Amino acid sequence: MPGAIYAEGLVKTFGDVRALDGVDLDVPEGTVLGLLGPNGAGKTTTVRCLTTLLRPDSGKAVVAGVDVLRHPDAVRRSIGLSGQFAAVDEYLTGRENLQMVGQLYQMKAKAARTRAAELLEQFNLADAADRPAKTYSGGMRRRLDLAAALVVSPPVMFMDEPTTGLDPRNRQQLWEVIKRLVSGGTTLLLTTQYLEEADHLAHDIAVVDHGKVIAKGTSDQLKARTGGERVEVVVHERDHMATAAEVLRGFGKGDTTVEDHTRKLTVPVTGGAKLLAEIIRELDTRGIEIDDIGLRRPTLDDVFLSLTGHTAETAGQDEDNGKEAVK
Amino acid sequence: MSAVTETVPVAAPGNPLGRSVRDSLIVAKRNLIRMSRIPEVVIFGLIQPIMFVVLFTYVFGGSMKIGGSTSAIDYKNFLMAGIFAQTVTFATAGSGAGIADDMHKGLIDRFRSLPMARGAVLTGRTLADLVQTAFTLLILAVVALLVGWRVGSFGDTNAGKVLGAFGLLLLLGYAFTWIGALIGLTVRTPEAATSGGLVWLFPVTFLSNAFVDTGNMTPWLRHIAEWNPFSATVQATRVLFANPGQSHSHAWPMEHPVLASLMYSVLIIAVFRTLAVRKYRSATA
Repeated sequence: MPGAIYAEGLVKTFGDVRALDGVDLDVPEGTVLGLLGPNGAGKTTTVRCLTTLLRPDSGKAVVAGVDVLRHPDAVRRSIGLSGQFAAVDEYLTGRENLQMVGQLYQMKAKAARTRAAELLEQFNLADAADRPAKTYSGGMRRRLDLAAALVVSPPVMFMDEPTTGLDPRNRQQLWEVIKRLVSGGTTLLLTTQYLEEADHLAHDIAVVDHGKVIAKGTSDQLKARTGGERVEVVVHERDHMATAAEVLRGFGKGDTTVEDHTRKLTVPVTGGAKLLAEIIRELDTRGIEIDDIGLRRPTLDDVFLSLTGHTAETAGQDEDNGKEAVK
Repeated sequence: MSAVTETVPVAAPGNPLGRSVRDSLIVAKRNLIRMSRIPEVVIFGLIQPIMFVVLFTYVFGGSMKIGGSTSAIDYKNFLMAGIFAQTVTFATAGSGAGIADDMHKGLIDRFRSLPMARGAVLTGRTLADLVQTAFTLLILAVVALLVGWRVGSFGDTNAGKVLGAFGLLLLLGYAFTWIGALIGLTVRTPEAATSGGLVWLFPVTFLSNAFVDTGNMTPWLRHIAEWNPFSATVQATRVLFANPGQSHSHAWPMEHPVLASLMYSVLIIAVFRTLAVRKYRSATA
């Protein structure tokens, strides 16, 4: 039985560009899949195909148990979409926007009105409810957009880079909203360029690059694929490096790498913090003074680098990406 | 994966026509609210036709020969049907620009992901434009009356015929907004839709009987003018208003202007609505 969102071999070309090159996805009901990849990887195109906005050239897609290609209208009744750009009418008030969307979901006018009031309250927009949306801040618009996607409490939600362009505070707020939503049993497909975001919100992560899913699994599984934990030691004196390397070799699960100029030694390990204490004790016994020691867990950045040969952000062009890449 | 079972009912709720009408009205309401919040668009939409009425009346009036007379009063009464018809068609450009703007903003993605009637976004927009056009036409008629235009100046007419003339004008305007909608969907930037929505209207409205007597044109030009759908509505309006300068040509649309105007408008709606809705469905914003 396929999940609430299921895709098999989705292909979409635009002219010479193969935007999707056989995307496979399976998102179990009530879980969150983070679709992670750089700009132009095919994240948005995937979402557009699954939300009936775009017809794939080939492949199969089933959302909420309905074939997307054969019954797009039935799919539309079961999904909510919150896009990259807050899709609200800026001349309409928050309330008018939500009422309109509710009615277009085929709710009765009165029910749509009640639901709009509820959502405005829930999304902290009640005070601004009767102002045109163009007077809203970026964060407020995103919240309104998300509220619009939730008008009918759809069982399946799609969010295309929901926090792109938001400041950290607003991003945090939106994460809270998303978490609350998912705890209510909604199935969510979320695209993001932020590795931290996928780590934070998603049960499973699918890494996409050049229109293909190149890896999938839980955040921990993906991290494990890059070699798991490592211990990093910076010794105080260069002369001690050989001895330190010997000590680490005794604890490590692989080759010790030595960086001469930084006096840093790295070794892959299993066993975590307990092992770290043992290493410190052993180094101490041998009289090796250390400047720094730590257990380093791989980040999704490392995952991306090892999978694609470039970090997640290098393909991006806008400022946000630049900042992430420096980190 | 043929084992997929479809658990969600697939049939659309309600009958499709009722749903289409309802959704169109919801979208129309949205566009009317927008218009009320951006009144400058409506006001600028009024200035141009009013300027035309005043300029044409006082600049050309007295120099143009209408039905063998150069009387300024005759030209004035001749002119208004043409200006009215031109005004309703020029509203097209705004319609296209509005749709292009929507496509641009990503709001269309929201609409396209909702379980609403497929043509409703466009139908709603064109209906809202129709309301605006009716408003513009009303103001324009008042201005025309102020500068001395009168119905029944060239024969008899009655209230029913005058209303019928306005009805034909609005139908023509509505038909043309579908052309504007298609342009708006094709170009996708509001600026291009405004200029692209306007340029073709000049030949269409000037290669006609709107401002001059087609009898004075060279024969090939006259044929184009007499078969121009726009001319049929102008002629029908003149006939129903009982204003001077009606064409005596034997071209079929000039001899049966009311029927021709109706047929042309319905045909334009049928063709361009189909094309526009198809374009909308396949559009990727």
